[in-house]
Amino acid sequence: MESIYLDHSATTYVRPEVLKSMISYFSEYYGNPGSMHRIGLTAKQAIDTARKITAEILNCDPEEIIFTGSGTESINMAIQGIAERGDHIITTNTEHHAVLHTCQFLEKRGVEVTYLPVNQKGLITPEQVEKAIKKNTKLITIAYANNEIGVIQPISQIGNISKKRKIYFHTDACQAGLYLDLNIKNLNVDMMTLNSSKVYGPKGVGMLFVDRSVKIRPILFGGSQEQGLRPGTENVPGIVGFATALKIGQKEKQKENIRLENIRDYLIQELLKISDTKLNGDPKKRLPNNVNVSFDGVEGESIILRLDEKGFCVSTGSACTSRSLEPSHVIQALYGSDKKEIAHGSIRITLGKKTTMNNARNFVEVIKDVVSGLREISPVYK
Amino acid sequence: MNKQKIKNKIKETNNSWFYTDIVKDHFFNPKNFLTDKEAKNYKADGVGIVGSSACGDVMKMWIRVKNNKIIDCKWQTFGCASALASTSVLSTMVIGMKLEDAKKITPQDIIKKLGGLPQIKIHCSVLGDQALRKAIEDYEGKKVK
Ligand SMILES: Cc1ncc(COP(=O)(O)O)c(C=O)c1O
Repeated sequence: MESIYLDHSATTYVRPEVLKSMISYFSEYYGNPGSMHRIGLTAKQAIDTARKITAEILNCDPEEIIFTGSGTESINMAIQGIAERGDHIITTNTEHHAVLHTCQFLEKRGVEVTYLPVNQKGLITPEQVEKAIKKNTKLITIAYANNEIGVIQPISQIGNISKKRKIYFHTDACQAGLYLDLNIKNLNVDMMTLNSSKVYGPKGVGMLFVDRSVKIRPILFGGSQEQGLRPGTENVPGIVGFATALKIGQKEKQKENIRLENIRDYLIQELLKISDTKLNGDPKKRLPNNVNVSFDGVEGESIILRLDEKGFCVSTGSACTSRSLEPSHVIQALYGSDKKEIAHGSIRITLGKKTTMNNARNFVEVIKDVVSGLREISPVYK
Repeated sequence: MNKQKIKNKIKETNNSWFYTDIVKDHFFNPKNFLTDKEAKNYKADGVGIVGSSACGDVMKMWIRVKNNKIIDCKWQTFGCASALASTSVLSTMVIGMKLEDAKKITPQDIIKKLGGLPQIKIHCSVLGDQALRKAIEDYEGKKVK
């Protein structure tokens, strides 16, 4: 049985065109981009080209693109490279742990942090952000699209505020790379994080856009690569692959979004026909590939393992798979921490390039059985 | 890698899964559970329930007793795979067991019977022994009255 992969927000496969673009940079053009000889220069040219391609998509200067090792690393750079003792950061309570745990670490070092609460749909308003601004606010960091519930925040409007108030604005766009506008001039952001492993590129590559005007300190020390912000020999094949992937993804965006939205809305409609089921996050202001639902009376790990047995790969916000024994902070943020059971019973289905309407139809049939089977032996579902 | 090789690799992963084969068997084919419909007509001598849905695990056990022996045991569980499997395996352990022995069952006994559990699952998901003890107490309480 072939598994149907519906977990594209966790990571994507490397698409063949991308792999092809990378291959020669492993053993043929293997030079260090920092070397003066032509073997080194070939590698340097490759990352220069990748930087140019990326900069064109973001509508920024190539020098404003910093390649890193992951989304997490870019986020750490953007936050730790800016905030110092006494500074204030504004973020939300549904950010990825890469943001939240970095902020929590900085709080111990004398940085003040405001975690704006999202509403029941997972959204914050520009007014909330504006109200939270203090004299010492140095940085606003808000995800473009949420990794669990896919909701899209009003980045451009928040950016307007940050510009007016002269506060740095970073957006974590890890989930947005394939689906949303990445033009930083439209978004009004000073920094933006992307990662390659979510856009059909290789793992182990991230990117941080840093506007020329931003005064950022390095958090790693060593060589002068990447404007001195990211020392260490560059991951040449990875960077080439990332740029190729982003370029193709953005080119296909419009058409693919329509196709995916169609499947997404079908799934939402059919899953909500299962009794006592809830859609988590705004139904429309969400990524074209994200569905997140909670089923009353059943626990997420049980659902995903039974789905796996039937050949469908999805993920859950249940504590049982988090390793921390805490269910999803994102789902808890929607309904309150006294409604943990909604988080325990949540399932995230994220679609991708190969997902078809037919996959969606089969999935609906299977999950209906799985949920009713588990509800049958659940003492809390009545 | 060709397609067949990839499939084999994924299959191998299945076989060295997170859980043991015994856990998987009890999870995919749970034994002795009671559906709500059946519960209506089930004449239990003792019932016990533990856990909370906020914590992610709730277990309910029904027992029937004759001559101080458990002659039947049924259950319902809300929780992850190891929670379901541990309640299921417990039900198979106690049928035919003397009450005094059943009371002595520990989480470790259950885990051993399952061929082990991942470390992280041990504290949260094995509550079956407590549900069973509550069911026995329920039975013994009724007997006194
Ligand atoms: C919104 C968001 N931020 C940050 C990350 C972290 O990215 P990475 O896994 O590349 O470090 C992810 C990926 O899991 C994400 O979805």
